Amino acid sequence: MDLYEFQGKELFRRHGIPVSEGRLAMNPAQAREAAQQLGCPVVVKAQVLTGGRGKAGGIKVADSPADADARARDILGMDIGGHVVHKVWIERASEIAREYYLSLTFDRGAKKPLFMFTRQGGIDIEEVAASSPEALVRFHVDPLEGYHPWQGRRLVYAAGVEDPGEQKQIASIAGKLFDVFLACEAMLCEINPLIVTPQGEVRALDSKFTVDDNALFRHADLAEMRDLEAGDPLERLAREKGVTYVKLDGEVGVLGNGAGLTMSTVDVVTFVGGRPANFCDLGGGGDAQGVVDALSVITRDPQVRSIFFNIFGGITRGDEVARGILQALSQMSIEDPIVVRLDGTNAEEGRRLLQDAAPPNLHVEATMLDGARRAVELAA
Amino acid sequence: MAILVDTDTRLVVQGLTGSEGKFHGLRNRAYGTQLVAGVTPGKGGQDVEGVPVFDTVVAAVTETGANTSMIFVPAPFAADAIYEALDAGIAIVICITEGVPAHEMLRIHAYLRTRDATMIGPNCPGVLSPEKANVGIIPAEIFREGSVGLVSRSGTLTYQIGHELTQLGLGNSTIVGIGGDPVVGASFVEVLARFEADPQTEHVVMVGEIGGDEEEKAASFIESEMSKPVVAYIAGFTAPPGKTMGHAGAIISGSAGTAQAKKDALEERGVRVGTTPTEAAELVAALARA
Repeated sequence: MDLYEFQGKELFRRHGIPVSEGRLAMNPAQAREAAQQLGCPVVVKAQVLTGGRGKAGGIKVADSPADADARARDILGMDIGGHVVHKVWIERASEIAREYYLSLTFDRGAKKPLFMFTRQGGIDIEEVAASSPEALVRFHVDPLEGYHPWQGRRLVYAAGVEDPGEQKQIASIAGKLFDVFLACEAMLCEINPLIVTPQGEVRALDSKFTVDDNALFRHADLAEMRDLEAGDPLERLAREKGVTYVKLDGEVGVLGNGAGLTMSTVDVVTFVGGRPANFCDLGGGGDAQGVVDALSVITRDPQVRSIFFNIFGGITRGDEVARGILQALSQMSIEDPIVVRLDGTNAEEGRRLLQDAAPPNLHVEATMLDGARRAVELAA
Repeated sequence: MAILVDTDTRLVVQGLTGSEGKFHGLRNRAYGTQLVAGVTPGKGGQDVEGVPVFDTVVAAVTETGANTSMIFVPAPFAADAIYEALDAGIAIVICITEGVPAHEMLRIHAYLRTRDATMIGPNCPGVLSPEKANVGIIPAEIFREGSVGLVSRSGTLTYQIGHELTQLGLGNSTIVGIGGDPVVGASFVEVLARFEADPQTEHVVMVGEIGGDEEEKAASFIESEMSKPVVAYIAGFTAPPGKTMGHAGAIISGSAGTAQAKKDALEERGVRVGTTPTEAAELVAALARA
């Protein structure tokens, strides 16, 4: 789960990483009030779970409370990469002498947390890694040994930070970043830029924070940070129904059981010339109600013109899936053609159920490839 | 032969008294796996259809000689169960549980290096050696005994490819589901090394998916260490970046971890990659006939 900048900064603050004081505003009046309380100039920052806010005009400086009101008016409602801005973060503007970059990532390749630090902050880190890899200091922490202060010192010396005051502050922030990474079971904690003010004070000016969904059961405070309004409305509906659904941009609705098989089905639909409308994974269980729920999400997408069920029964039973399809067809009016391919546990019984009921818009195919071809034809 | 599980497997199920643990544990026994014990703290002394239940893994090992553990306990307690099994001297730990926190797995992975043990999973369908032993939730009836080793990050996709192999008249030495999480116990490389050393295995199919770099590491290993031919399949060619495709591990960040990058890495090192499960199965069949 990705967190908003203001949420990440709040976690930074709780763990002793210096951040600017700020307030959250949901409307222009709140932005004005926040600017009044904080003292101008302030920065009005769009809160969206995507990058490129600055380039899109989602970050603006305001010199007065009235100006903050006007800037918030501009930014709220803006669409940034498909994400609509519903809230802005107002914080006291910072004077910036230098911009650095500091992050801690869950490096799944090395299976260790990875520190990255460079004095070339404020820009895309992939750019730094490509153009001047020598300027990017990388350092892995052993998961069993944990963090030791020398590791923070190693980062600042290796990157060539010369000012002793900066060295001390950054090394200390590195330790605190490790604390918050561990405490929140984060997959990513990124500070870009980590600024140095003209007075020599080091502070986190932005935050990118991702936590592990699998660990949320023991972090009630983080779980509450989930913005139920964010993201695609269909993906939201799917989440409420407990269906794993990712919206894509085509016409063939894809429904499979298991992430790998569903991903593969999306690929195969593409390879035979179609465009998948979604990725929808029934999961391991795949009972009749699950099928009904999944179909109700898929058919809400107006782009969908055909639906391809690709089910390989293991724990999921083919007859249960067939019952679910028939139940859904009797409960909802689905006009789109449905192509079903069933294999594995109780697949024969499932196919028989479908053939006996024989709804007019239902097509049973023998293999995954044939099913994909048929669904693509029917969507054309 | 076969790898990881066979007729010498003496299985203890951690969580045997739970509904899933019981269902699959007994199903594995019905297949022919030697199910010797269950472990559920507080239920020691009971039995599940004749299988003795112990309070601790170490008691199960001492009393029954269990050498392999299958873990079916809920995610919040799974890491503890893994450590307990390792500490009791279990050589093969197979964790089916889904939803184990990634940070737990970092520590477990580091701890595993200090033990002489292999862990499969978490979030995996288990291991099946046809006609010898089934440990996990793989539907055994799809597979036949044979000479193709199959290793995969995905459950149902494994069944799909196994089914296609069976249709083409091919059987398997062992099917290993290593799990779809960002950090798992045994990687592709560890399982490939076992297939290379296994006399029953003549060909290997590796089923990967988007995210991480384990397929790329496997490509290097295959080139330098393997004499047996390997065919690969990768799922997720059309997955959009930044989106998790069902598996926590199946997410592309930046340019790394794409299906195309994995396919390229494998093909550069002489590994044939099927673009569909059907094509992957046909490639193996062609090799087997040659």
